[in-house]
Amino acid sequence: MAPQSYVTLGERLSNGIELLLRTVTHSTPYRWSNRMLRTRGVTGRTIVIAVPWVWLLLFFLVPFFIVLKISFADTRLGQPPYTDLFQWVENQYLQVRFNAGNYLFLLQDSLYAQAFVSSVKVAAISTIFCLALGYPMAYGIARANASWRNVLLLLIILPFWTSFLVRVYAWIGLLRNNGVINNVLMAFGIVDEPIVMLQTNFAMYIGIVYSYLPFMILPLYSNLEKHDQTLIEAAVDLGATPLRAFLRVTLPLSMPGVIAGSMLVFIPAVGEFVIPRLLGGTDSLMIGRVLWDEFFSNRNWPGASAVAICLLLVLVVPIMIFQRYQLREVGGDARK
Amino acid sequence: MNRNRSMFLLSALVFGFAFLYIPILSVILYSFNESRLVTVWGGFSLKWYGELLGDRQMLQGVWLSLRIAAVTATGAVIVGTLAGLVLARFGRFRGRTLLSGMVTAPLVMPDVITGLSLLLLFVAFAPLPFVPDQRGFATIAIAHITLTLSYVTVVVQSRLATMDDSLEEAAMDLGARPTKVFLLITLPIIAPAIVSGWLLAFTLSLDDLVIASFAAGPSTNTLPMMIFSKVRLGVTPEINALATLMVSVVAIFVVIAGVLMARQEKARQRDVQLAKAGDGSVTGAPA
Repeated sequence: MAPQSYVTLGERLSNGIELLLRTVTHSTPYRWSNRMLRTRGVTGRTIVIAVPWVWLLLFFLVPFFIVLKISFADTRLGQPPYTDLFQWVENQYLQVRFNAGNYLFLLQDSLYAQAFVSSVKVAAISTIFCLALGYPMAYGIARANASWRNVLLLLIILPFWTSFLVRVYAWIGLLRNNGVINNVLMAFGIVDEPIVMLQTNFAMYIGIVYSYLPFMILPLYSNLEKHDQTLIEAAVDLGATPLRAFLRVTLPLSMPGVIAGSMLVFIPAVGEFVIPRLLGGTDSLMIGRVLWDEFFSNRNWPGASAVAICLLLVLVVPIMIFQRYQLREVGGDARK
Repeated sequence: MNRNRSMFLLSALVFGFAFLYIPILSVILYSFNESRLVTVWGGFSLKWYGELLGDRQMLQGVWLSLRIAAVTATGAVIVGTLAGLVLARFGRFRGRTLLSGMVTAPLVMPDVITGLSLLLLFVAFAPLPFVPDQRGFATIAIAHITLTLSYVTVVVQSRLATMDDSLEEAAMDLGARPTKVFLLITLPIIAPAIVSGWLLAFTLSLDDLVIASFAAGPSTNTLPMMIFSKVRLGVTPEINALATLMVSVVAIFVVIAGVLMARQEKARQRDVQLAKAGDGSVTGAPA
């Protein structure tokens, strides 16, 4: 056999990469630009930091300031359908027109306030249901034996990989008047006529809990899995009932997981649009839906921007709580 | 007492999994239903699959969404891996707190806010050179990369956090330049995280309705937009067939990936055990 057949794929790959690197670093444009950058104090490190930093600054942070700016604009007919805040008058004066009317309108029309209150309420209640169902599931998976644990985890993650829209749509087929659930209930004679479930708040809660349940279970599981079982045993040995041991040891230790899971459910649920639109009633006042209609149906871009800014203000505290947790959890330590 | 607890946990698991899977199973079942009515079981049929394959518009939507998802996943993996590397390995630098904040916030930011803000950005920048005047493929891909790169970053960052950096240090000590260390040492080790990040970004992009609706121009129709406009009018068996196809493709992928990963993990554990067992006998072993 030829000797090169002993070279593994990995080695061949790394040889290839080395060759590529050498060719690139010895090429004239590379050396030229390298020298140019170096004389200006720009190192490779700076460039590596700059790529994600600039991307997120440009496409995540800057847009919020544009939303803020346009929330103070006026609507007008035309493209784009809002007025400019700043205008040069006779090329020397900068005219600034600040229109707080969008915010005043939000305050005056009780519809918006109601939408905000009911969004927070729906999100909070859904979070509690997710927690009530997700905690025992996460705990059960964490306590299952090792071979089962991976299968169960896979089953939790699997729906997460399938289309969210399709999963919400699935509930329409189940909850409709002539849907699966009503058919089963009527076939067994439990009810005589179909229960109206679709386009009610009930359907909306089901949809949100269903869609966000994996987001609750996964952080809870990763927390519960790390618990030291001997702590519980010690508590029980010292005379605590299992319930008391759970309440005094396991539950407090799992609080970071509870907070992370709750924030992962609560924050997106407040601004949820698809689920209220497909499962909720026409009168369901969710702020995500109000924003969508304001933007797409009324073409009121400044109004929609003002709604978005208010929604951000509502969510700023939960987002900061989530960030603090996330920073601690995922290698947030700057070791060097 | 302990028995009661197990029973409670078991029933929670059974109920929870039934809750998660019954809707998906019902969609799969009814995709084979001959009758248009969901109420009636009209016998087994592949009629709706045929209808789906004949729907040119729908297939165009599928193709567009797949292309956007592939571009998104690739872009998100590049930017997201750099962000993960920077956050996990670069120590302190100016703007670190801002970067980690900007990475975690999109994970929870409601879609309507992200979508609206990106659209307003595209509109505001439209007069500038190098910016596409028509919203469509490019703007949706940019929006999706921004949305999904956080997921890639989190996956890569946590992989790097659990990984020992002594290998990288050893390579540096032996004189390898940082780029070489990254390509030859770090990249192969975080490859599984990058692959799962790519797949995650791909699925998220394929699935997104809200952000794409904001970022798309009037003539662009991605698959989720088509599903949404059909579903708004009621249940259509064609969507059942499409959903079944999507679920089966994903299920096959995830199960294969799961089996491969489990096998790899087992092999790794076996190697670790062999290495441990070998430690004691090294002195006695023939050279």
